[in-house]
Amino acid sequence: MSDPHPTDTTRAAAAHHDASHDAEHIARHLKGYFVVGGILIFFTALTVALSYVDFGSLKANWIIAMAVATFKVGLVAAIFMHLKGERWTIWQFLLFTLFFVAGLFLLTLLAWGDPIWGTHHTLH
Amino acid sequence: MQIPYETSARPDTGLYNAKLGIWLFLASEVMLFGGLFSGYLFLRLGAEDGYWPKGLLNVPVGAFNTAVLIASSVTIVLTWANLKMRKWKQAQRYLLATILCGAVFLIVKLTYEYPQKFQHFGAFINKNAAHEYEQYLGNDYLKAKGLPPRYEISGHLEALEVTFSGDKAQLTAAADRDGLEIVEPHAGEHTLKIVGKGDEQKQGHDKKGVSPAAAERIARVPGAKIEAFEVALDEVNAEPTNPASDRPHFLYKHPTEKIGLIHAKDVQWASSFAPKHSPYFAIYFTITGLHGAHVLAGVLVMTYFFVFGEQIYRKNPEHQANRIEVVGLFWHFVDLIWIFVFPIFYLL
Repeated sequence: MSDPHPTDTTRAAAAHHDASHDAEHIARHLKGYFVVGGILIFFTALTVALSYVDFGSLKANWIIAMAVATFKVGLVAAIFMHLKGERWTIWQFLLFTLFFVAGLFLLTLLAWGDPIWGTHHTLH
Repeated sequence: MQIPYETSARPDTGLYNAKLGIWLFLASEVMLFGGLFSGYLFLRLGAEDGYWPKGLLNVPVGAFNTAVLIASSVTIVLTWANLKMRKWKQAQRYLLATILCGAVFLIVKLTYEYPQKFQHFGAFINKNAAHEYEQYLGNDYLKAKGLPPRYEISGHLEALEVTFSGDKAQLTAAADRDGLEIVEPHAGEHTLKIVGKGDEQKQGHDKKGVSPAAAERIARVPGAKIEAFEVALDEVNAEPTNPASDRPHFLYKHPTEKIGLIHAKDVQWASSFAPKHSPYFAIYFTITGLHGAHVLAGVLVMTYFFVFGEQIYRKNPEHQANRIEVVGLFWHFVDLIWIFVFPIFYLL
């Protein structure tokens, strides 16, 4: 089916060119998807195992568990969601989003750490 | 009307439109879950020692569900890959496997994990009365070991001890509605007992007991006052100084047959493991509930594509591949959220 809107810029032409190579390209990646799935399940087991190891403080256990989770999430995003090699437009969306999420967590930490003098509200 | 750029890239973005759309939607989803996760952090940081429960969730079941979601992420990406390679039959098989994984996840959550919580009973003991319950809480032992204290006694609610000064027919009717029966006080006792119907003749785990919700309904009968709870104690309260209970965890186990008597006057707060139990369960049910709704939505959309996809595939296989890619992106996102949910609720 031909697209009703002609694509004449070089960028779109390049994208189209990519698509024609898709089939062979993908066939080569099939095994990789299984491997990534296996790695993710292994790291799930690792998360459970590590939570039974005492790393000295709850904080240390948290940092380790979050590092493993972040690695897993990175794999899902990069491989399954094809962010690896994805267009810059989508990366821009995500960088914006990460910035605002960081802001959201910062608000929580501000409320918790109470670093702004004179804003502390207490019920006691 | 023909929707533009459903298969070819739009010149200015370099993407087909649906892909741009789903990523914008996922960005808003990141903000939605981000808000809830930061809410979790706020509640957790603010929780006093001993008031953030540990070990109330079933780790093997949670790990199993994590693995199911990861497997479904693999199968959805294989669905897409097979469509790209124009292998319709294989693609349909992988899509069906993905739908089934999503269904398994939901079934485990809704028929096993959640209902168990609503039958379990927990009572937080007033701090100034905690020493009277030392045999169940083991705080001296925990303190000596440098561990946070424990204020909750949990298990299976076996009986209520009630004083009553109202219309007896009302109490009998209320008990009846919940499958409970009233045992009149023996000589020298001043409270009557409310137990599961027929429990007097039963032993241990055969007893039906009193569901926490039924106990709340009994307490609302005019003239009824719950004086004490009889609880078949969870292992952690039956043997609080057993080092295995330092971190109560893992497999869901039946409560022991050891009965603990908890006086209502010493109880700060008691309920089932429902959202009102604690900030922990409130945020647990909020986040896992919203996540579950996403799983359900994914399953519905994929089922629709599974049933009605062939016509579009025959007309333009690339279009079907793109639809699966888009629902796949959503599905991976749902998996990604769970990768964080699992450790923060089940493990840490």
